[in-house]
Parts: sequence; C-alpha cells; structure tokens
Amino acid sequence: MWDWAFTFEILPTLAKAAVISIEATLFGFVLAATLGLVLALLRIAFPWTAWPISVLVELIRSTPLLIQIFFLYFVFPSFGVTLDAFTAGVLALGIHYAAYCSEVYRAGFDNIPRGQWEASIALNLSPWTTFRDIIIPQAIPPIVPALGNYLVALFKETPLLSAIAVLELMQTAKIIGSETFRYTEPITLVGLFFLAMSLVSATFIRAAERLLNRRPAR
Amino acid sequence: MTDRPMVRFDKVSKRYGPLTVLDSLELDIARNEKVAIIGPSGSGKTTVLRMLMTLEAIDDGVIWVEGEPLTHMERNGKLIPADRAHIRKIRAKIGMVFQSFNLFPHMTAMANCIEAPITVLGMNRKEAEERAAGLLEMVGLSQKKEHYPAQLSGGQQQRVAIARALAMRPKIMLFDEVTSALDPELVGEVLQVIRRLGSEHDLTMLMVTHQMGFAKEFADRVCFFYQGKICEQGPPKAFFGNPQNERTKQFLHAVLEAG
Repeated sequence: MWDWAFTFEILPTLAKAAVISIEATLFGFVLAATLGLVLALLRIAFPWTAWPISVLVELIRSTPLLIQIFFLYFVFPSFGVTLDAFTAGVLALGIHYAAYCSEVYRAGFDNIPRGQWEASIALNLSPWTTFRDIIIPQAIPPIVPALGNYLVALFKETPLLSAIAVLELMQTAKIIGSETFRYTEPITLVGLFFLAMSLVSATFIRAAERLLNRRPAR
Repeated sequence: MTDRPMVRFDKVSKRYGPLTVLDSLELDIARNEKVAIIGPSGSGKTTVLRMLMTLEAIDDGVIWVEGEPLTHMERNGKLIPADRAHIRKIRAKIGMVFQSFNLFPHMTAMANCIEAPITVLGMNRKEAEERAAGLLEMVGLSQKKEHYPAQLSGGQQQRVAIARALAMRPKIMLFDEVTSALDPELVGEVLQVIRRLGSEHDLTMLMVTHQMGFAKEFADRVCFFYQGKICEQGPPKAFFGNPQNERTKQFLHAVLEAG
C-alpha cells in the first residue's frame, strides 16, 4: 500500500511547495495582523468609522474565504485589477483574517482601564504617543494567544489557494496524484506536514507568550 | 497681571442628560492658592477637577487658565470652542493625581516619570532621568526607581504618581481624592508629600478630599459643594469653626461624627 521509494521521490517536490505554503502564511498573517490593528485603531481614533468598519468586518467574516479568493482572482480583472494567483491568494487570506484580528485587538484595547487613557491626557501625551507607549504595549501581550490561534488557522486554510492554482502543497500533491495515479503518499505527507507545522507554531506562540509576560505580576 | 486668577470658572455648567452636575459654577483661584473641595458624593466636586484637566467637556461657560481660555480660543475677538492643539497648549500648565494612581503598569517608577518629559517636552533622556531622580527622591522613593508599580505599596504608587505629574512642571496641580484608595496607615506618607509640595514649590493646588483634618491645616480656602453649586466657602478656620449654611453644618456634623 505505502510505497517508500515513491515517497522519497516526491518529497523534494513537496518540500518546494511547502515553502510556498509557508510564504503565503507569513505574508498573509503579517497583512492580517497589520490591517487588523489599523482597523481597530481607526475605530478608536475616529469614532465615526466604527459603523462602516463593523459592517465591513461582518461582511468579510460572514462569507466563505474561498469566495473571497475567487473574487480577487477572477472578478477583479473585470474591474481592471489583475493579480497573479499568489498575490490574490495572500491578499484574500490577509484581508479575511484581518477582520478576525481586528476584533481581537478591539477586545485588547477595551480591556485597558480608562484610567490609563486619563493619565495619558493629564500628562499631555499626544494620541500617537499614547497608543505607541501606553496602550499597545499593554493591550498586545494578553491577546498573543488569540492572534496565534488565527496564525495557525490561516496556515491551515492555505490549501484553499489550490483552487486558483497556486503551486502550494495541496495543489502540488493533487498534480502528483493526477500524474501518477497515487494519492496515498502525497496527500498523507501534506497532512503530516500541516500537523507538524501547527504543533511547531503552537510551541513558538507559547514561548512568545511567556516572553511577553515576563514582567512582574500586576 | 498679578491679580489675574490662575484659574477661573466662568459660569461653567455640566450636564449628563437631564442631570445637572454643575450649575453655572463661578470660581476664581489665585496663583499659589491651595483650595480644598469637599462635599457629599454626587455634589460635582470631582467633575470640577476633571473639567479643568479636560477629561470632561463642559456644556456651558468658559474655563480660563492664567487669563487664557482653556475650553475655547479667541478668533477675531470671539471665543470659539478650542481645537486639540489649543487644548494641549493650555493643558500643559496642569497636572493631576488620581484616586486610583493610574501609573503605567508596564513601566518602572523611573520610566513612568520620564515618558512625558521626553515625548512631550522633548527633553533628552539623561536630563529627564536626572530630574525624575530628583523628584523620586523628594517623594522618598529613590530606592524604588527600577520597581514596577505592582511591586510598590499603594502609598508608594501614589507618590510615584505625584512625581510623574510634577515632572511636567505644571503650575496647577489637581488632587482627586488621592488618599481614598489607600489603607489608613499609608495616608500619612502621601499627605506629607503634598504638604512639602505646598511649602517648597510655587504651585496652585486644588484638591478634592475627605480628609477634613488635612483640609483644615493645609488649605487656604475650603469650598463646600452641594448639588452642583458652591454652597459655602471660606478660610478653613471660619469654615470649620463657624459654618453659616445649614447644609454645611449637616455635612460637617455627619463627617466628623463618622471619622
């Protein structure tokens, strides 16, 4: 049933594809974490943006990621915006998870006691300094676990990019399968790879959490 | 110039919905004057400090600081609501110490005291640290510079908060029930620091307090607030020795009875 020789033969091809999956994850998550933060900050800095942003966030969270990927890749060209498959995929992942991340940041900001804002006003700190030095350093450490969960979730959704033929792991495994009529090894390997990477990221996230919370207990 | 009040509340009102918290308040505070504000809860006394610190918007009237409007600015001889830049400029003269300390928990005592001087006043780090060290010494905490707020007692945290506010060189200091959250045995050390400030620095001070003994000994003037108005005010000797208003008598009776 399991062919070891075949396994070793396809391993280099899959490894190359894994790099694409990891790249898509990293770019996608950097975009999600940054854009999510920007959305959460906008809501606080300009209260009138709260309503449009919550509509946008709801819209993104309530539609399947796959549709958003298709939209960016197949529909945007009719508006004159043509993206290559990888870019469209990373954008869709990033925007989709930015919606989730913005809610996480919002919860983090909501947990900052009002006294911290008031002390910042009393010390005449500018809004920018208040965010940079007072609010963000206190808001981020507690939400690292939640952001980390979304990193792992985003990573596990990268196989969706196979639908627009990004040569990531899943697409590569499918191609190997259709060319050799052997699916057992490639699909199993892809599954094992995701399992291993998810476990490794979980360890990193826990380490980051410990590092950020090293400060003396509050 | 010299008789211009440091702070002037000119018919200032504050409402929350149908509730009038302050009703056309008129109050002048002279340079270096120490004013104690007392009154029952809900009388609007804390709101006075919060409006002056610009933590609360006002609904009517104008607040003046050293002859300049704080809540408004002059354009073509008319007063229009102040923009952020104007508020920040005038607000730089005012510092505040809060009931719940509000230190930045992720920063050491030293870092708490140099944050604003560096980022707002543009001081270099070395100068800011030297000044902060001096202030922390004045409040008796030179040994605790590198401690985080969580490692300090309430009294120590409050003294750091006082040093932090002073680091911005305010002309006016606001104290909002600064000993109310402290265990009784820690109250003295904080009041001692405030006493020292009063005698050694040119500072106009407004304090909302429940410490009648301290108000009596420290303040130049006591203002008694009741239902959003100043019900009675005067030098502490007359105020505590011979109150005129029935409300004042009742309040003092109740407070002295309790404490």
